[in-house]
Amino acid sequence: MLELVSYGAFFLTVALTYAVIVLGLNVQWGQTGLFNVGVAGFVAVGAYVSAFLTAAPATGWLGGYGLPIWAGWGAGFLAGGLVAAGVGRLTIRLRADYLAITTFGVSVTVQLAALNLQPLTGGPFGVSQIPRPFAALAGEALAFGLANLGLLAASVLVLYLVLEHLARSPWGRVLRAIREDETAAEALGKSPRRFRIEAFALGGAIMGLGGAMQAHFIGFIAPENYLPMVTFQVWAMLIVGGSGNNRGAILGAVLVWAIWAASSVLVEALAPAGEQARAAALQTVIIGVALCAILLLRPQGILREMRRLRPAPSSKTDAP
Amino acid sequence: MSATAQQASPVLEARNVVRHFGGNRAVDGMSLSLHAGEIVGLIGPNGAGKTTLFNLIAGSLKPDAGEILLGATPLHWLPATARIGAGLGRTFQIPRPFAGMTVLENVLAAVQGQSGERIAMNFLRPGRVRAEERRAEARALELIEFVTLSHLAHEPARVLSGGQRKLLELARAMIAEPSVLLLDEPAAGVNPALLEVIIERILEINRRGVTILLIEHNMDMIARLCGRIVVMAAGRELAAGTPAGILANREVIEAYLGEVGA
Repeated sequence: MLELVSYGAFFLTVALTYAVIVLGLNVQWGQTGLFNVGVAGFVAVGAYVSAFLTAAPATGWLGGYGLPIWAGWGAGFLAGGLVAAGVGRLTIRLRADYLAITTFGVSVTVQLAALNLQPLTGGPFGVSQIPRPFAALAGEALAFGLANLGLLAASVLVLYLVLEHLARSPWGRVLRAIREDETAAEALGKSPRRFRIEAFALGGAIMGLGGAMQAHFIGFIAPENYLPMVTFQVWAMLIVGGSGNNRGAILGAVLVWAIWAASSVLVEALAPAGEQARAAALQTVIIGVALCAILLLRPQGILREMRRLRPAPSSKTDAP
Repeated sequence: MSATAQQASPVLEARNVVRHFGGNRAVDGMSLSLHAGEIVGLIGPNGAGKTTLFNLIAGSLKPDAGEILLGATPLHWLPATARIGAGLGRTFQIPRPFAGMTVLENVLAAVQGQSGERIAMNFLRPGRVRAEERRAEARALELIEFVTLSHLAHEPARVLSGGQRKLLELARAMIAEPSVLLLDEPAAGVNPALLEVIIERILEINRRGVTILLIEHNMDMIARLCGRIVVMAAGRELAAGTPAGILANREVIEAYLGEVGA
C-alpha cells in the first residue's frame, strides 16, 4: 500500500513537471497560435543551465557551482526565455510551417550541442548529482515523494494562477485580438510582432523552468532525454487536454503521462524478454492512437478553450 | 465649420503620393489636405485608388514616392501600429471586429498606452493596471452607448449586423482619441434606419473636434456630411469642390459613367 502511494506520488510529480512545460506551450500555441515544434530544445536549455549552476563539480566539466535549487529554477526560467526571445526575434514573422521547421532545427541543435559540448554539458553521459529538493528525506521514500509532489503541485498552482491572470489582463486581450484579426489589431496600434515575441519568450521561459524542475526531481540529465519525442509528448498532452485552456493543459499532461506509464508497464508485462526494447516503440504508437482518437472524437480536447466573454470583474458599475 | 478652418495649416496632408502594384499605378501623384474640423469626402469610380490612398495614409501600405504629414509630423516612415498613437484612426471598408470577443472587449482592445499591456506591469503594479482598466471600461461603455450598442456590450461581436459592426468600429477608433479619422465607406451595406444613426454619429464626432476623411459612394450621405469633396479617378485628383459644384461637374459624371475624358 505504502509503495503504491509513493509510486503514485512519483508518477504525479513527473506528470506535473510535464504540466509546467505544457502550460508553456499553451501560451505559445493555445493563446498565440505560434507553432513551436522545438519544445525539447527549450526544456533542455532550462535543465542544463540549472544543472550547470547547482550540481557538484566534476572533473572535465566546467559547471558545478553548488548554487541552491531555487536559483537553478530561476536561471532555467531566464535561460529558456532568453533563447526563446532570440529565436523569436529572428523567426516570428515566419508563418506556421516555417516557424515549425525553424524551431525543430533549434531543438535538434540544442540536443546535438548537449551531446558534443562535453566541457559544458558533460557530453553523452550528461550531468548526475543534480541536487534534489528535500534530499534530507531521501531515506524515506514516502515522505520524500510527498514533499516533492507538494512542491510541484504548489508550483503548478502558482503558475496556473499567474497565467490565468495574464490571460485576463489587457496583455492577454491584445493577444486574443491579434489572433482574431491581425490587420485590425495593427490599425489599433498593437504590434503583432511585439506581442508574439513576448508570448514566445514567456512560453520558452516556462518550458525552461519545467526542464529545470524535471532535472532536479530526477537528479540526472543526459542528451537523450531531450530528443524530439519530448516535443511530441508535450504536444499530445496539450491537444488531448484542450489547447487554449490552462486547466486542460494540466489535465492533458497527467492523462497522457498516465497512458505513457501504463503502456510501459504493459509492454514490460506482455513482451518477451528479448523483444522489450523493440516493443517499447509501441508506447509511441499508443500515444499516437490516443491522439487520433481525441482529434476524431473531441477535436478541441477534453477541456475546450474557455470563452472569456465576461469582462474582468471590475465592472461593478453595471446599472441595476 | 469648414469655412473657418481654411486659414490654418492642414492637420493631414498627402503630397504627390505614388503607389504602384506591378505596372498598375493605383495612386499616381495624389495630393490632399484636410484642415482642422473639416469633413472631406473622397469619391470616385471603383478602381480610382481611394482605398489604396487610405491604406497609404493609415500605413498598411508604404508609398513608393511622396509624403504624408499629420500636422507637422511626417507619417510615411511610421509603422501602421504607431499612427493611431500619433492621432490618426481608421475604420475598414469591410468591418473587422474581433468576432470572438465581446463588444466591450473590442473597444477596450483599442485603448492606447495601457500599462496592463506589458506582462510585468500586471504583477509589479496591479493596482495601477486595475485603475486604468476601470477608467478605460467606463470610457468604453460611454462610447458603446454613443454608438447605440449598449444592449450588446457583453455579446460577442460576431452577432452584430453589418451596420452595427460599422458602429463598433467607430467606437473602437474613437477610444484612441484620434484627431483625424479615416472612414472607409461607413454606409456600405447598412440598412436605412441604421444609416441615419451612423450619419448622425459621424456629425457628432466631428462636432467634438475630430477631422474626418471619408470614402463613400452614397452621394446623399456625402452631400449631408461633407463641406468639401475630392474626386479621384485613375489614381489622381480629378476635381475638388463643394458637393453642389461636384455634382454639376461634367468630367465627374463622365468618370462615373466609365468614360474618362483624357
